[in-house]
Amino acid sequence: MKIDKELIEKVAKISRLNLNEEEKEIFLKDFKDVLENFSKISRVDVINVELSVQPVKFENVLREDKVENSLDEKDVFLNTKHKEKGFFKGPKIL
Amino acid sequence: MEAEKILDEARSLNKKYNFFITINENLFPEKASPKNEKIKPISVKDNICTKGLRTTAGSKILENYVPVFDATVIEKIKKKYSIIGKTTMDEFGFGSFSTNCAYEVPKNPLDDSRTCGGSSGGCAGYTYASKFSDSSIGESTGGSISCPAAFCGIVGITPTYGLVSRYGLIDYANSLDKIGTFGKSVEDATKLLNVISGYDKKDSTSIKKDKENYESYLGKDVKKLKIAVIKEFSQGEGINNEVEKEFWSGVKKLENKGIKYDEVSFSLTDVFIPTYYIIAMSEASTNLAKYSGIRYGASDELKGTFNEYFSHVRSNNFGKEAKRRILLGTFMRMAGYRDAYYIKALKIRSLIINEYKKLLKNYDVLLIPTMSILPPKFSEIEKLSPVETYMSDLLTVGPNLAGMPMISVPVKKDKPIGMHFIADHLQENKIIQMGDFYERIR
Repeated sequence: MKIDKELIEKVAKISRLNLNEEEKEIFLKDFKDVLENFSKISRVDVINVELSVQPVKFENVLREDKVENSLDEKDVFLNTKHKEKGFFKGPKIL
Repeated sequence: MEAEKILDEARSLNKKYNFFITINENLFPEKASPKNEKIKPISVKDNICTKGLRTTAGSKILENYVPVFDATVIEKIKKKYSIIGKTTMDEFGFGSFSTNCAYEVPKNPLDDSRTCGGSSGGCAGYTYASKFSDSSIGESTGGSISCPAAFCGIVGITPTYGLVSRYGLIDYANSLDKIGTFGKSVEDATKLLNVISGYDKKDSTSIKKDKENYESYLGKDVKKLKIAVIKEFSQGEGINNEVEKEFWSGVKKLENKGIKYDEVSFSLTDVFIPTYYIIAMSEASTNLAKYSGIRYGASDELKGTFNEYFSHVRSNNFGKEAKRRILLGTFMRMAGYRDAYYIKALKIRSLIINEYKKLLKNYDVLLIPTMSILPPKFSEIEKLSPVETYMSDLLTVGPNLAGMPMISVPVKKDKPIGMHFIADHLQENKIIQMGDFYERIR
């Protein structure tokens, strides 16, 4: 795997982050250092080992689909300035 | 206790040590009558939602966020405690020293040139320094309760994953996050755990079990408990000399009281750090995708396309470590790399859990020092690279990956070194018994 500036730019784009040149340099160095350290895991044999998505086993939790109280409209919009007529306002899609 | 005295103390400690992002000037709003003197002031880590009280998770992206609901743990504490304030922390919990902060950096009350530890630094520092407050609600992903508890000379309990509801916690890594408690003593931390633990239908990873009275384990005999000290984590290379010396003097004190122990080995310790960080960063990178500058959190003038607007708001408001973890976490989940990093780490986690389980079949409690180092000075932390900082979590990430309950108890009063007792899932009773016993004989 080649860790270079193009890779950092590609990951940043997917992550929805704009990086300046200085940040690109810093994160490129960090990627190299960190991934070299993390490469230790390649030595561990995990054939026939299951994944542990959680540390404790859980069963699926289902509930009846019934209407319950939810937040007031005032509360829903309390933390945004991007609102209009009971809707959130977002940037243009096209 | 009068609210004004408590607030004055909090303000003056904050001036000196930066324990709070927000002090609750409305402490005891309708409770400030002599009848309610039993209500205690409590501090809460700022990544736990408090209705009407600003909650930032230590991030600029949530600078003006005022939750419209209480986290389950906050609902539960309201009869016995009143929130004095929301404490300083690494942004979203991304750090080991509470220095990755969008706000102030908390200073250690035992030595203000040193860190409180992270990421629940403000909670631990205030609990040590306050005359009025004896406990605090913190949160741990990979050691964020044990580390600051040890560094600030107080007690920290990280419960079994799922014992305490995460509803209303601002996620770092869902499969690792655990809300827990700090206390000036084991008793203080245990009393608070009693209040906040229990099943919650609002959290799908909450464990269904009968409510247990943890206070009943205080003062119990521990002679029957079998202890194992993990060799790799208690001596030699990588363990600071003073930590090693103090830890073994603590073990000796237990031995002198008739507590027997074996020394055991743990394999896979060299992959604890990568396994933990791969899972934590991967989960963090998806969790932070929700900060898009529309429904809540920092925003700006709506300009450009969706992606341009999101990227603009996020880039302006996330700190450096948050960006680093988003980038690395996104990379490790990308097609082509996912199997080698994220999936592989989840499999190694199974091996680590099994090894803990195997050891804990033969022993009741595992014992190691909480941290391998003394609290570093801020001038030393500045010089650390990201990898060097991540390595400082070596001793705490293992039990956190495995979701095991653990307690950190100061090796001696006012000493920034912890004795770390770890037990199997849902055996909080054993760590509380051992921690309480150690505290009395140390």
